Amino acid sequence: MAFLAITALSLAFAKDLFASVMFTGIYSLLSAAFFVLMDAVDVAFTEAAVGAGISTILMLTTITMTGRYENEKRYHPKIALIVVVITGIMLIFGTVDMPAFGADTAPAQVHVAPYYIMQSGEDIDIPNIVTSVLASYRGFDTFGEVVVVFTALIGVLGLLEFSRKGSELGNRPAPMFQHKVLRIVSKILIPAIMLFALYVQFHGEYSPGGGFQAGVIFASSIILYAMLFGVEQARKAVSMPVTKILAALGVLIYGSVGVVSMLNGGNFLNYSVLAENDITGQHVGIIIIELGVGITVATAMILIFLTFARRIGKNSEETA
Amino acid sequence: MIQHLPILQVIIPLLAAPICFILKEARLVRWFVLIANVMAFVVSIMLLQQVNLHGTLVYSLGGWEAPIGIEYRVDELNAYLMILVTSISTITIMAAGSSLTKEMAESKQTYFYIAYLLCLTGLLGILATGDAFNVFVFLEISSLASYTMIAMGNDRRSLWASYQYLIMGTIGATFILIGIGLMYMMTGTLNMNDLAERLPEVEQTKTVFTAFAFFLVGVCLKLALFPLHLWLPNAYAYAPSIATVFLAATSTKVAIYVLLRFIFSVFGFEFSFTHMPLTEILVSLGLVGVIAASVVAIYQTNIKRLFAYSSVSQIGYMILGIGIGTKTGLTATMLHLFNHALMKSAIFLALAGLVYRVGSVNIKAFAGLGKQMPWTMAAIVVGGLSLIGMPLTVGFISKWYLILALLESNWWPVAVLVLIGSLLAIAYIWRLVEVAYFKPALQNNQSYKEAPLAILIPAWIFVIANIYFGIDTSFTVGLSERTAELLFGVAK
Amino acid sequence: MSFLEQYNYWVVIFLMMSGFYIVIAHGNLVKKLMGLTIFQTSVFILYISISKVIGGTAPILDDKYNVYSNPLPHVLILTAIVVGVATTALGLALAVRIKEAYGTIEEDAIQEKDLQQEGSTE
Repeated sequence: MAFLAITALSLAFAKDLFASVMFTGIYSLLSAAFFVLMDAVDVAFTEAAVGAGISTILMLTTITMTGRYENEKRYHPKIALIVVVITGIMLIFGTVDMPAFGADTAPAQVHVAPYYIMQSGEDIDIPNIVTSVLASYRGFDTFGEVVVVFTALIGVLGLLEFSRKGSELGNRPAPMFQHKVLRIVSKILIPAIMLFALYVQFHGEYSPGGGFQAGVIFASSIILYAMLFGVEQARKAVSMPVTKILAALGVLIYGSVGVVSMLNGGNFLNYSVLAENDITGQHVGIIIIELGVGITVATAMILIFLTFARRIGKNSEETA
Repeated sequence: MIQHLPILQVIIPLLAAPICFILKEARLVRWFVLIANVMAFVVSIMLLQQVNLHGTLVYSLGGWEAPIGIEYRVDELNAYLMILVTSISTITIMAAGSSLTKEMAESKQTYFYIAYLLCLTGLLGILATGDAFNVFVFLEISSLASYTMIAMGNDRRSLWASYQYLIMGTIGATFILIGIGLMYMMTGTLNMNDLAERLPEVEQTKTVFTAFAFFLVGVCLKLALFPLHLWLPNAYAYAPSIATVFLAATSTKVAIYVLLRFIFSVFGFEFSFTHMPLTEILVSLGLVGVIAASVVAIYQTNIKRLFAYSSVSQIGYMILGIGIGTKTGLTATMLHLFNHALMKSAIFLALAGLVYRVGSVNIKAFAGLGKQMPWTMAAIVVGGLSLIGMPLTVGFISKWYLILALLESNWWPVAVLVLIGSLLAIAYIWRLVEVAYFKPALQNNQSYKEAPLAILIPAWIFVIANIYFGIDTSFTVGLSERTAELLFGVAK
Repeated sequence: MSFLEQYNYWVVIFLMMSGFYIVIAHGNLVKKLMGLTIFQTSVFILYISISKVIGGTAPILDDKYNVYSNPLPHVLILTAIVVGVATTALGLALAVRIKEAYGTIEEDAIQEKDLQQEGSTE
């Protein structure tokens, strides 16, 4: 916890944006470690992949274009400090009546949560309770989450995609093209990462992981490829139109599971009606929707990264 | 399929969005979006019918009963607002074709339409759900879609406006998240109904107080209550015209719905108004908002910005109505919610037509337009009269109820201030009328034709609605009174 | 209610507020987004702290254990993390476009340019 505080403070005072990005990444990693301590392994996995992985890469890509150093701030730090202090005091005031940390009698532990812990084995028969809650009990939230990713993709494409055709970049060398060792190692590594992603995808019921984490890992293997072999090369390897269709398809797969369960006489996303046996139905449903999540997340992340990299590559070419 | 109506309301636009992404061609997408909107509108009408027949509809997603799973809970209040949102969305999208073609490249249009659908999905999701965390998720869908739409404006200032909105909006959402987290901590549930049952046990604790405060601030950021409105004027002013119409008419209204739902249904009237100084806070902020924003509006030269500030002041009226804490006050708020959506849709759509022909919304460009574009200008003027609160327009009805509610509670000084707010509205509308009708057209101006029918007809649908509901008030007043009773009924 | 029991929460609050401070006080657009990330991540930590049961283990069913931490906040935070990264991506995209359009990503410089523009058109 103390490390977290130090990182946050150094971030507040760092003027070098590159260092700031690193601090943000470290902060994510540290909080992931904290999540493990708190028994939230799934969350830790995701935070590490997303916070320390994807968002760090995106931020780095952005600052290569927007400049590395920030100006001396001329804003009103005093007003900001006052607002922050008031908010903080409000929160501390709120902690006074909070149930003690870690107590098993706290309201949060005795109302709905025990049901998941006691019954999910019977209802769904999957060891990882987090997956059960995520994919079935609160499956609609997860659907919403996939739609959020899709929305962000639409936003990034709408903002950064070139509207004219034929603005192809020349075959610029990749950022790390000169590193021969890296390239050879990565040739071995990239398929391994992809395999690992598939493992995480289909093993989510038993161990931490699932569609979301798998999608992020898969995307990072493509991003690695793009960094080593050049963005244009990566765009050739993954066909953009196909990737776009896949991104939409992931959302549709998730949605159609819901629609099919409605046609089978259940409510939206009621997987029990998908097969003759309730539990088999739940399993089928969860596997399919996790697949939908995985596809959308992976393709969306790849598209977002490639769109960023391309726009920025174009810009730095123009300024050069 | 009847029992699936609540979920169909949300998933029709939701699933239409990825299909549009596959279709890609802007022309195809336009028709498809229109069809999805019409379907959503039909569903919302059927929903209200069902609610009238059977009372509150409950729909458990995934077949899991709440509070284990997530449920949709539709009563008269959300059914009413769903009709409002889907009808405005449908009429607006009719005008989108010609307005967008003028304002952005063909390849961008598809993305705009998808963002529009997703924004609609988010708003409907917030309205339908009975789960606190689900509100957060759909709030973010609609917000991300709105940032996208705003940033697609022609002016570079639209980017900056969108970024500011993103920062403010995300802070708001995070505050809401803190609020929900603290509520969960104290009750162990996320379902709104369940929360309402379990909160009274712990309502004396400081944690619940904090949860309430954070939730309130977060929602107020989203609905742009003065002084948290800073993101709104620029966002509305520089967004593509169609986005302005849609957002101005619907998204702040949905935020007000969230506020109402949590104040009355979740925390309960008792808690909100007796343990909390809610009346004082809402009434004073509402009043300051009404006056300050109206004064600022008078000095605007960009007409879209002028009406954006007027939105901030109108939100002030709605908040004032809630703050009074009586049934009449709430009726006034519900009425104004509906009416303000009609006024602003008419005005902003007419402005969209103006942008189409003139290309500018600077007040100087309005010189002589009263003669050149009589129908377009007339739409703006009727909308403006409604904003002021002239009899025979909807604006009069909601102001009337608001004053009534204030007098009922014997708050003379506040009522006077509300009237002063109306006078200020006359001032900013008059400036526009003066330039448009009494100033000769600029010499070098070529004469402008009337706005295209594709924009003008939808605009006039709203104008006629403004007058119709101003004369025949049985539908709106009846519904508003019933929903107000409903909110108070739940509170008991 | 001893003070020590709430120590954990206080640290979390401190973290949240430092993130919040970065968002408000800094003028650099990318830096603001970093602050936002810190702010959100700290809220996640708050949620996860709620889920902890002392003596419990990760919520994966196993015959060896019978006390588990609460899985619900974990699920909520998984969703929230995704929402967070989606927002960050969109924010960064905006920052890139702003840099292209204005030539800077410093808040005050942008506001200055906007004022100039308004002055010249009106």
